[in-house]
Amino acid sequence: MSAAVLVTVLVAGGVYLILQRELVRAALGFVLIGHAANIIILAAGGQRDREPAYVGEGMPTDGLSDPLLQAFTLTAIVITFALTVYLFALAGHGGDEDGKNSDAEPSDADEDHGTVVDAPSTSGEPVGTTSTGDQPTGRTDGKEHA
Amino acid sequence: MNPEVLSATLPAYLWLPILIAAVTLLAKRAKDLQRFLALTTHTLILGGALISITAVSDGTVIAEQVSGWVPGISIPFVLDTFAGLMLAVAALMVLVCSVFAIFTGDDADPYFHPLVLVLSAGVYGAFLTGDLFNLFVMIEVALIPSYVLLTRSGKATAMTAGRIYFGVNLLVSAVLLAGIGLVYGTAGTVNLAELAGAATESTPVALATGVVLLALGAKAALVPVHTWLPRSYPFASVAVTALLSGLLTKIGVYGVFRIYGLVYEGTGLETVWLVVLLATMIIGVFGALGESGMRSILSFHMTSQVGYIMLPLAFFGPLGMAAGIFYMIHHIIVKAALFLACGAVEHHAGTGKLAQLGGYARREPWLGLVFILAALSLVGIPPLSGFVAKMSLIHASMEAGLYLAAACAVVVSLFTLLSMLKIWNGAFWGSDPEPPKQRVLTSSSATAPDATDPAAGRLRRKFVRTAPTSLDRVPRRLILPGAVLVLCTVGIGLGAQALMDLAITAAEGLTDTTTYTEAVMHP
Repeated sequence: MSAAVLVTVLVAGGVYLILQRELVRAALGFVLIGHAANIIILAAGGQRDREPAYVGEGMPTDGLSDPLLQAFTLTAIVITFALTVYLFALAGHGGDEDGKNSDAEPSDADEDHGTVVDAPSTSGEPVGTTSTGDQPTGRTDGKEHA
Repeated sequence: MNPEVLSATLPAYLWLPILIAAVTLLAKRAKDLQRFLALTTHTLILGGALISITAVSDGTVIAEQVSGWVPGISIPFVLDTFAGLMLAVAALMVLVCSVFAIFTGDDADPYFHPLVLVLSAGVYGAFLTGDLFNLFVMIEVALIPSYVLLTRSGKATAMTAGRIYFGVNLLVSAVLLAGIGLVYGTAGTVNLAELAGAATESTPVALATGVVLLALGAKAALVPVHTWLPRSYPFASVAVTALLSGLLTKIGVYGVFRIYGLVYEGTGLETVWLVVLLATMIIGVFGALGESGMRSILSFHMTSQVGYIMLPLAFFGPLGMAAGIFYMIHHIIVKAALFLACGAVEHHAGTGKLAQLGGYARREPWLGLVFILAALSLVGIPPLSGFVAKMSLIHASMEAGLYLAAACAVVVSLFTLLSMLKIWNGAFWGSDPEPPKQRVLTSSSATAPDATDPAAGRLRRKFVRTAPTSLDRVPRRLILPGAVLVLCTVGIGLGAQALMDLAITAAEGLTDTTTYTEAVMHP
């Protein structure tokens, strides 16, 4: 039960943070959701058995916790940690351009020349206007001729 | 080949590329050595996969209990016909895309070959593993290099695309992880052979596995969780886009086939699959029609094709699954051929926007031929492989009484043709476009840098490059990799029976799980 409550809180916080605009906040949200997933795994083995999973000569085997899940969690933590660091690196690199191209069409942005042309004209426009129209090139060119 | 020898080679698909990746990383100043090592490894793996197919072509399942642990304790590697086919086609993709990257100079980045090697190791591992948690790890091993490959160029567009791709996959991986935890909690194991049939016996296991299937479906870009794909794939370099399209989404498809076949024994979600997959087919193709760049069209269209590949899940059976497997192999090859043909154009013209392209079929007839053959194969025109794939799929749907699905498959094909014609008309047909490059450069340099936008000056400095003159020919070597893949699709189309027999054996292994579980649990 306590695990379920904890997972709920973590997921709720994580979803809230992911929906934020800044990438660093979203990254923290991913960290929370990753923790929630890890707790689900740990809880999957049952929470009654808490003894260290150490089997030795003449040791009691009752109440040992499941070592497999601890191994799973450890693996998952390592992966999540590496990815979080990379996500922070992405946030640091050019993070000030967050969202600028997120609604732009791929064709609008998939070529370096396109960015060169569009940079002066789109920078003066509100961000929302980049999402419409299927011939962005023509539009931009037309404006420049005009 | 002796099964025992063969089973001992299975872990090599994982460790060999990773080992060579480490070596190529050390040799990052010696480009030629790096290329030689990478291409040799890819060729070796392809050869190994082809040999292993001959050993499992009769439906044999070979299981390797890694490190010699007893069955049930070990984390097994399992090779069956389906896995063998996927291994071979994945290795072919890696080889061809690496060669293409060498020809375009995309591998100038010293980390390119090491990353591709690690990515390929993850993909092979995902195809071979017989353990749900190991599947998660292998998917991560394949995904992490892809994040880096996507963002290595450092372009603002690639970074934005990388953030979308990375964020979505991170979230989906967390869902996958939680799902695997729930499966362990409900079933007490994550060994796929032990899980066989578990979902049909217990509702909690079915729900937990459903979470895993949801995550894998998102990785395969099924509607309604497909939107990340068209926003991220077109921004990588051409070779990387082709590689990701051929390998990464297909891990999701492979995982769904395997897990739905084993754990659900192919029953219980028919209606869900039918609705989701028909929506995927239809929305994917219309989304592709709305795009205006070559690779954007192809990327969005991939979603539609994944719908085709997975459609047999709605009427799980040997015939249908055989059609699905055949379709997947055909699709991986043809899609990569299209990406590489368009990539050759893009590399030459310096843009992928259809509005700025034209006349390539006249100037480069061979490139035009490669594109049109691949496009017709995608649409399903005989005698190319796409015809056999679609024909068998439609036939299987009719047998199962799903006339709506069959009709959708036919109608969506017409729109596939339309989206391919959009590329053909824009880039290959017609006359040369008026040269926009010079005007673009002068106009952008004439515009004063926008002082309020710190990015503008930086973008301009970073991205301006000399415009290629349209008098240059597209180098033959850029056409070659696509041409090899087109020869494959023609070959598969003409000799369809051989591959179809293999696909049927593979499908029988998926629909009847006893051989699989016996081989893993009681060797």
